[in-house]
Amino acid sequence: MSIPSTAEHHTTTHPALAHHFNDLAQQREAGTLGMWTFLVTEVMFFGGAFTGYAYYRWKFPEAFQAASHHLDIVLGTINTVVLICSSLTMVLAVQGAQRGDRKRLVRFLLLTILLALVFLGIKAFEYHHKWVEGHVPGRYFRWDPQHDGAVSPGGAQLFYSFYFTMTGIHAAHMIIGIGVIGVLVWMALRGRFTPESYGAVENTGLYWHFVDIVWIFLFPLLYLIGRH
Amino acid sequence: MTAHDEHSISTRTYFLVFTALLVLTGVTVVAAFFNFGHLNDIIALVIAGTKATLVILFFMHVWHASGLTRVFVLSGFAWLALLMAFTFADLFTRWQVEAAG
Repeated sequence: MSIPSTAEHHTTTHPALAHHFNDLAQQREAGTLGMWTFLVTEVMFFGGAFTGYAYYRWKFPEAFQAASHHLDIVLGTINTVVLICSSLTMVLAVQGAQRGDRKRLVRFLLLTILLALVFLGIKAFEYHHKWVEGHVPGRYFRWDPQHDGAVSPGGAQLFYSFYFTMTGIHAAHMIIGIGVIGVLVWMALRGRFTPESYGAVENTGLYWHFVDIVWIFLFPLLYLIGRH
Repeated sequence: MTAHDEHSISTRTYFLVFTALLVLTGVTVVAAFFNFGHLNDIIALVIAGTKATLVILFFMHVWHASGLTRVFVLSGFAWLALLMAFTFADLFTRWQVEAAG
């Protein structure tokens, strides 16, 4: 402590406190704000896709409904539940970090990874089914108006373009999330988090819940249109 | 105030939010099988918006966040609303131009 501090508050430094912050609360606030700044850009990133979806759905309403009808509503609903469960386990992991309960933290992080893998497994199964059906847009796209619906095949193909793009970038976010949570597990096992300093856990939680929110909107817009 | 005081949401609250999310998921699936005309989309989006708000407020701790953080969160959705409002205001009124042509 050779550097004299001009700060008015006490100058006892915590090992987790970076030198450019006054105290842990400020450090934490800066981290939260930074994470939200990133998430705001994510809102706009996915928001652009949602805006495009809205426009083309307005342009091809019947084709979008007919194409949506080919998605598996049971698998979609199961995956929604799986993702909501993973948000719960994530928040309980963060709570474990808050309380300094390493066992709880690691256990719920691993559970979150497990649920994410279940989600991706179901997603992969759905993708494969779409491929077999010939509903992957592009060169091998097949749309039989007799069986699949008497609508514009181009419009149906557009629906699947949005389906694969949006669920694809959503799945990519989950894969990245799984990697980050894996790193958190490793750090937690090495005792890197304390109740005063667990910003990485908290911010990964924010990211994970954001990915959940994207799915909360994707699910009704992709799976549930044209069921009635 | 220590760093984690502001974030103490009880496990009970987390499970209540979790239950609400599951119930709302059920409601949105069931509602999709009834024909409410254009209201179907409104219902689906209101339910999704409610679910998202619950996640943001409780799972993402915005309920207890600072004013500055809340402004940042709101700004994201405000800009998204601008993007959609101006895009749709243009696209959904183009038929009037064609009719006048």
